[in-house]
Amino acid sequence: MLQYIIRRILIAIPTLLIISFVIFAVLALAPGDPLAQFALNPAIPESTRELIRIQFGLDQPWPVRYVRWLTSLLRGDWGFSFGTRGPVLDLIWQRLPQTLTVVGTAYLIAVLLAIPIGIISAVKQYSIFDNVATFFAFVGFSVPSFFTGLVLMLVFAINLKWFPIVYNTTLQVVDWDTFTQQVRQMTLPVTVLVVQQTAALTRFMRSSMLDNLNLDYVRTARAKGLSDRMVVLRHVLVNSLIPVVTLIALGIPTIFAGAIITENLFRVNGLGALLITSINNSDTPVVMALTFIFAILTVVFNLIADILYGVLDPRVRYS
Amino acid sequence: MSHKRLWAWITLMAVAAMILAACGQQQQAQPTTAPAEPATAAPAPTAAPQPTDAPAQPTAEPAPTTPPAAQQGGKLTILYWQAVTTLNPHLATGTKDFDGATVILEPLARYNEKDELVPFLAAEIPTIENGGVAADGTSVTWKIKPGIKWSDGTDFTIDDIIFTWQYCADPATACTTKAAFDPIANIEKIDDTTLKITWKEPTADPYIAFVGPFGMILQQKQFGNCIGAAASTSAECQAANLAPIGTNAWKLREFRPGDTVIYERNPFFRDADKVFFDEVEIKGGGDATSAARAVCETGEVDFAWNLQIPKAVLEPILASGKCDAIAGGSFGVERIVVNFANPDPALGDKRSEPDQPHPFLTDPAVRRAISLAIDRKAIAEQLYGPTGEPTCNVLVVPAAVNSPNTKCDRDVAEANRILDEAGWVRNGPVREKNGVKLIVSFQTSINTLRQSTQAIIKSNLAEIGIQVNVKAIDAAVFFGGDPGNPDTLNKFYADLQMYTNGPNSADPQQYLQGWICAEVASSANQWSGSNDGRYCNPEYDALFEQLKTELNLERRAQLAIQMNDLLVNDGAVIPLINRRTPNAKLKNLEGPTFNTFDSSIWNIATWRRVP
Repeated sequence: MLQYIIRRILIAIPTLLIISFVIFAVLALAPGDPLAQFALNPAIPESTRELIRIQFGLDQPWPVRYVRWLTSLLRGDWGFSFGTRGPVLDLIWQRLPQTLTVVGTAYLIAVLLAIPIGIISAVKQYSIFDNVATFFAFVGFSVPSFFTGLVLMLVFAINLKWFPIVYNTTLQVVDWDTFTQQVRQMTLPVTVLVVQQTAALTRFMRSSMLDNLNLDYVRTARAKGLSDRMVVLRHVLVNSLIPVVTLIALGIPTIFAGAIITENLFRVNGLGALLITSINNSDTPVVMALTFIFAILTVVFNLIADILYGVLDPRVRYS
Repeated sequence: MSHKRLWAWITLMAVAAMILAACGQQQQAQPTTAPAEPATAAPAPTAAPQPTDAPAQPTAEPAPTTPPAAQQGGKLTILYWQAVTTLNPHLATGTKDFDGATVILEPLARYNEKDELVPFLAAEIPTIENGGVAADGTSVTWKIKPGIKWSDGTDFTIDDIIFTWQYCADPATACTTKAAFDPIANIEKIDDTTLKITWKEPTADPYIAFVGPFGMILQQKQFGNCIGAAASTSAECQAANLAPIGTNAWKLREFRPGDTVIYERNPFFRDADKVFFDEVEIKGGGDATSAARAVCETGEVDFAWNLQIPKAVLEPILASGKCDAIAGGSFGVERIVVNFANPDPALGDKRSEPDQPHPFLTDPAVRRAISLAIDRKAIAEQLYGPTGEPTCNVLVVPAAVNSPNTKCDRDVAEANRILDEAGWVRNGPVREKNGVKLIVSFQTSINTLRQSTQAIIKSNLAEIGIQVNVKAIDAAVFFGGDPGNPDTLNKFYADLQMYTNGPNSADPQQYLQGWICAEVASSANQWSGSNDGRYCNPEYDALFEQLKTELNLERRAQLAIQMNDLLVNDGAVIPLINRRTPNAKLKNLEGPTFNTFDSSIWNIATWRRVP
């Protein structure tokens, strides 16, 4: 097992290098200029913008910039953001809590909702519950988050005024009052994310359960005279969860990537919002750091999912 | 269930619990104070030590004369859809950064809504009359208010001003604002409150340096080691950029770059007792429409900046009655630039080069007809609504240089007549002459408003026998100026293009430079010249030379009007709309004004809440 893990980690290194190279190349070849907003400003002539590009190292050809980026990364230096002229890591650490609070909560709620809904849908296949759940799952699947977000915002924030539009990231939860404020401002973005994520997970849970329900061991368990409840929860559920756990583990890196649209819409300003504004402003060091960290997390959680799979399913053995 | 399986489940749960706990802890551990809160905290924050025993300043400080009606205090919440990323204005990457710094830092003087200068750190505005501006244009002498203190309690001195110049004059610092400091040859300290700026060459605009957003003054004590590359690379300077010490009414409490800035009272501010709000917050992010809703419909914030929203969406929001739209002056003129060079792809490398004359746009009749055929009124009324009005001038601000001489009412019959007379005859729907057809390509950036404008213009020009092929380019590419990309406005591989631009200061010289022959964009200058239409007219150049040396303000204004009229009447550029992008404020907030040449929150220290 240990050998397997070490081998996987060694394979991951070239993978990550290739990923970083591709991202860097895409960013370098894409159009954009950190000072594009001032492109036409007569008071900021081209010569000034050229000086700033030199200061940012953008006058160098991009392969040189990539090597520089990589070598300073090996020294633990992620570079400074063109927008803040401060260390990139500071920026990421500052954004992480917002993302984990909102996107993390949404993920947790989605998992907690999806598993029971999936189980009931599968056990009572084609019942009213199953049909309703399927309907909502497809709605959640197909309606994009910018639409659900805008609708929720219009109805609940602007017309009913139950929730605020502007998310206050500096709110400190110290007492009941600030806690309710935090809950209120989290409600809409979390709802948007839950609707989407629950949809996917429910369908997966349902089909995984259905696969198992028709297998011989279930019939055996029933034949032994076990109660229906026991059969479903003790035998079918545990076996059906194996692929679902993998899926959940693989989904964890996406929490760290943030939710670009939802964060931007509700001004949560977490990692997703940071990523999209950095892309828009051609803030290469920030985009590189975010995407690279995301790549590392994806590789790591892939490994974790594989290991978990082996632990949960005795049929799978790594050597 | 086997024991092994059970243990696996327990481990899984434990991992989940740990992740959750970690989330919770990170939430607790997030930084709550400004990264580089100066150690020298003000001794008594509430009992303001009334630092300025300054003699009463009779000059026009933008302080309101009416006594405060509501109880002082509370929080002012401002919403920007672009978030502040640095508080050092000299390293700004957008208007939002200048505005974020405005709450803390001050220049010597700022422009007000009437485009007049108002002294901030200066005691008065130097003019030729009061002897502050040398009659030959070689120098300017500023007097600063005595007794001004930085928010850390130390004295503001002339040396800080000199330092700010030295900071940005160093090319390695890479100041965004460098052009404002370039004309300075030397700054001399005359006495503790007087400084004399000597220019490299006589200048007609003595207010180019230390005035407005570009002129905010940094503290030498804090930024002393930050000249040159260190400005962005040394840890000390990185911290200083995010937490500058200033002289304005508030100081920094907490700053999350790209998200929120929170400011608290500066007890050392010269008029600390007149400042209404205890706290100011600038929140960034989101989109302009929901920012407008947050002011006008939910009332969550007091002020929202730059509401670039289509008329159909904006008007109902503003109609809620809870807010006022603040618009005026000019946010720039939306114009069509005419390409005087030939963008024909068949020319290959010679495409759009200035030595390749355009086959038909060099004919003044065609340019005149295009301008006459465009329905500016329809564009303004149907698309812009409260955010723009038709204009015939390319220079509209300050009011003194807005030419009264030009006319651009729609006249299709006249346009047709001009084209007929010039020998462009209709052959089917499109006119032609000597085998050249009037088919134009018309490009702009991707933006709902611009595509709708393109559609109106396309149908307008169809009426006079000109066929328009529209093209829309991603804004990052169009404005990006990448010399390797064919779709930039600088290369202008089309016949017409549309965008907004305007002067950056009350003196129009820098702006009018964009039509002289020397600025023509070509491959020789990497397409970086600001004259993207490749208009080259010796008559215009002669006027510009006159403008460069003219020091009398009235005669400068006359020259500027003359140059505007020449550009417009010659069809070098076709002005369409004077854009007046509004800000919105709650009805009970008093103080915000529109501003053409300065920050939207230039006078924030005087804002107050009224019942």
